[in-house]
Amino acid sequence: MIGVTSFGSYIPRLRLSRKAIAESNGWMEPSLLSMGKGERSMCNWDEDAVTMAVEAARDCLAGIERSSVEGLYLASTSLPFLDRQNAGIVAAALNLSEDLSTLDITSSQKAGTSGLLAALRGAGSGAASGTLFIASDKRRTKSACPQEMLFGDGAAALLVGTRDVIAEFKGGHSVSVDFVDHYRGRDGAFDYAWEERWVREEGFLKIVPRAVAAALERTGVRAGEIDHFVMPCTSPGVTAGVAAKVGIRPETVRDTLHQACGETGTAHPIVMFVDALQDAGPGEKILVVGFGQGCDALLFETTSALLKLPKRRGTKGSLARRMEERNYMKYLSFNRLVVQERGIRAENNPQTALTALYRNRRMLLGLVGGYCEACDTPQFPKSEVCVNPACHAVSTQRDHEFSDEPGSVLSWSADALAYTADPPAHYGMVQFQRGGRFMADFTDCDVGGVAVGMPVRMAFRIRGVDEARGMVRYFWKAAPVKGPKEEA
Amino acid sequence: MASGIRDKVAILGMGCSQFGERWDRSAEDLMAEAFRECVRDAAIDPREIQAAWLASCFDQINLGKSALPLSMALRLSNIPVTRVENYCATGSEAFRGAVYAVAAGACDFALAMGVEKLKDTGYGGLPGLDIGTMPPLWWANMTAPGVFAQLATAYIAKHGADAGDVKRAMARISSKSHDNGAKNPKAHLRKPVPVEKIMAAPMVADPLGLFDCCGVSDGAACAIVTTPDIAKGLGRGDIVSVKALQLSLSDGVEAGHNSWDGSHFITTRIASRRAYDEAGIRHPREELSLVEAHDCFSITELVTMEDLGISPEGGAIADVMDGFFDAAGRIPCQIDGGLKCFGHPIGASGIRMIYEVYLQLLGRAGGRQLPSPRYGLTHNLGGFPHQNVCSVSIFGRHGD
Repeated sequence: MIGVTSFGSYIPRLRLSRKAIAESNGWMEPSLLSMGKGERSMCNWDEDAVTMAVEAARDCLAGIERSSVEGLYLASTSLPFLDRQNAGIVAAALNLSEDLSTLDITSSQKAGTSGLLAALRGAGSGAASGTLFIASDKRRTKSACPQEMLFGDGAAALLVGTRDVIAEFKGGHSVSVDFVDHYRGRDGAFDYAWEERWVREEGFLKIVPRAVAAALERTGVRAGEIDHFVMPCTSPGVTAGVAAKVGIRPETVRDTLHQACGETGTAHPIVMFVDALQDAGPGEKILVVGFGQGCDALLFETTSALLKLPKRRGTKGSLARRMEERNYMKYLSFNRLVVQERGIRAENNPQTALTALYRNRRMLLGLVGGYCEACDTPQFPKSEVCVNPACHAVSTQRDHEFSDEPGSVLSWSADALAYTADPPAHYGMVQFQRGGRFMADFTDCDVGGVAVGMPVRMAFRIRGVDEARGMVRYFWKAAPVKGPKEEA
Repeated sequence: MASGIRDKVAILGMGCSQFGERWDRSAEDLMAEAFRECVRDAAIDPREIQAAWLASCFDQINLGKSALPLSMALRLSNIPVTRVENYCATGSEAFRGAVYAVAAGACDFALAMGVEKLKDTGYGGLPGLDIGTMPPLWWANMTAPGVFAQLATAYIAKHGADAGDVKRAMARISSKSHDNGAKNPKAHLRKPVPVEKIMAAPMVADPLGLFDCCGVSDGAACAIVTTPDIAKGLGRGDIVSVKALQLSLSDGVEAGHNSWDGSHFITTRIASRRAYDEAGIRHPREELSLVEAHDCFSITELVTMEDLGISPEGGAIADVMDGFFDAAGRIPCQIDGGLKCFGHPIGASGIRMIYEVYLQLLGRAGGRQLPSPRYGLTHNLGGFPHQNVCSVSIFGRHGD
């Protein structure tokens, strides 16, 4: 049996109020005023498709032996690097074995489902016992365009394999059509989109039914047997329209999560699929559709193993972990959609020594430190001489992963002087329960929300961006386990 | 068996430039200004100086690298000149080099010069440090106020102190130093600032407000050192000599081992105990006459009074509020105004502290002169609470 063996999701906790978008832009684009309901997810300034992918993958891999992962596919059309494999960064952050097959899948909104199909087929060939498939998108649009309202940022991950399958892959069908509802050229910063009515009539309502019908025929399943119909679409009612056209029961049409987070691009079919898996019981049929220059339709059937998968955050947990943002300017600022004075301090930007980055990749990307086998002291960074003043043994340290170690705040400050995209800069000494500490930046924390002793978890984030050289530097930061103002 | 530095080296002369926003003066000009006073004081021909040390920290601005700027600015006669850098303790390092050279018998007269030209950056506050290849890839995006502020959060947590009491004691420290600086013509900031204004100032790094931070200034200070015998031979009666010169550096425990609680300086405790031993001081609270501490931030001064063994652990707040460190208190601290009022031209600060102790011991401190001081301590700290360089020096009269 081939299929999904685990799942995870990550939706950034910041949710931009659509009302705030409408209030800021309605004067010049009145059509936005009628769209000002609900909220869209937005990345913190230090998040992108790679960092969200890491978080979705961590959720997916919780409680799973990471050595079982033999492949990592990352789907996105908003990857930070055009020529440096982004999946490789994610793999390093997850401390996966370097004996790994990695792949970036991109250039179409359909990449989320096409990548999943590729992962499933790889598992079917016996090439990999466990392939981690992640889709992640940070959707940057121009200010005051409808997509700004409709899109969101997010990621989801599925582990694909043949053991402990929770949703068996029954089969699917792909259609490839050069239907250009929107495009973004090589150097384009933003999508260029064609009329919505045409996209709906000639695109979704004609291309998706073709793929769905073929997938159903191929799997021998009738449309009426589908229990969950997963199909992202930003045009209201189109998902239900497609379902009606192909005979899928209306009550099985899954919520597109428009009100909660908006459409997260290539990630969205997977985000919605995970949402469905969190609702589903064993023996339910889930049809997942991805659209973009054609269509993929994938049919899954849940198994009893679904009940045994330990509870994880998933899409539902991610959506529940939210912090409303009403400041539209902050959204513009985080997404570099407005030219702001950042001060001379912001100019300080040393180059990234790629030799040092490579030499220290386990430390910088994987948050791997040392563990002194002479005195049992975890420490960061790993060093030749043990930091324990009662030990100082030489060459006694083995690798020790800190990313999932529970930590807490020893000391902290909120610094108004340091340049940060989201002042004041919070940072402090974070120490880990079993030993080890370092002075860490904090993220996802609010003024007044940090205290000595507060529990934190480590998060893989952007440490800084070298705009002159096009380098994004990643490292780990401490995030409050739960902010006081967040809803449970 | 090492015999320590006590009474082996005398300060023959010292000089200190006007500190402040010296827009019209280069670092070379500032060195020349301090040096003129120093040579006049030492009453020797500059050509008699046989070795020199230059302290400057920032090399992306200021003088750049090497000791050549000192050698060339003062037209030193092709003698050995060495540039040293050790974070904010840089000035003390130049002094240490000169003192060691004399103590070793390698030369009769040695010069220590510290200078920093900070006001060429285009913004207030310290410039960003060049921190090497790896630190930018993983260190927190931190500034000095932000890491020193953490002393306060850790101190409050450790001692169960009331945050408001700590904030008020910090304000009291800054206010006291402003009172002192107002009386010092060479200080940058020369206005008294009341506690209430300090407490109400905008936050720089929680809980440090604007007045909890020292100024940023341009300045230079220097010393010519020799042996006590040579000083006597030159007709000096009242000779200020080095009683102790200690330096302690973090070994990584604070930054990497959970045994440190974040509320104090391990290095200051070690350096000061060694310095007391070297100087023969048993009870610093009773025996010290004045302290020039590294008051980069008010909280640094607060915890340092405990680390120096002057206040009991957890007792600095009471001492501060009782006026123990005031100009009229038992051990005046920053009687010259400190970093608080002089600002912190990095390379110069350590030597500027010694300059004040030197003046006080010779009775030349004018309107802020203390009655019959005996031992003066300077504490010059570089880096951050979690990884730092701490210099503690003690001065007194030769033979005393």
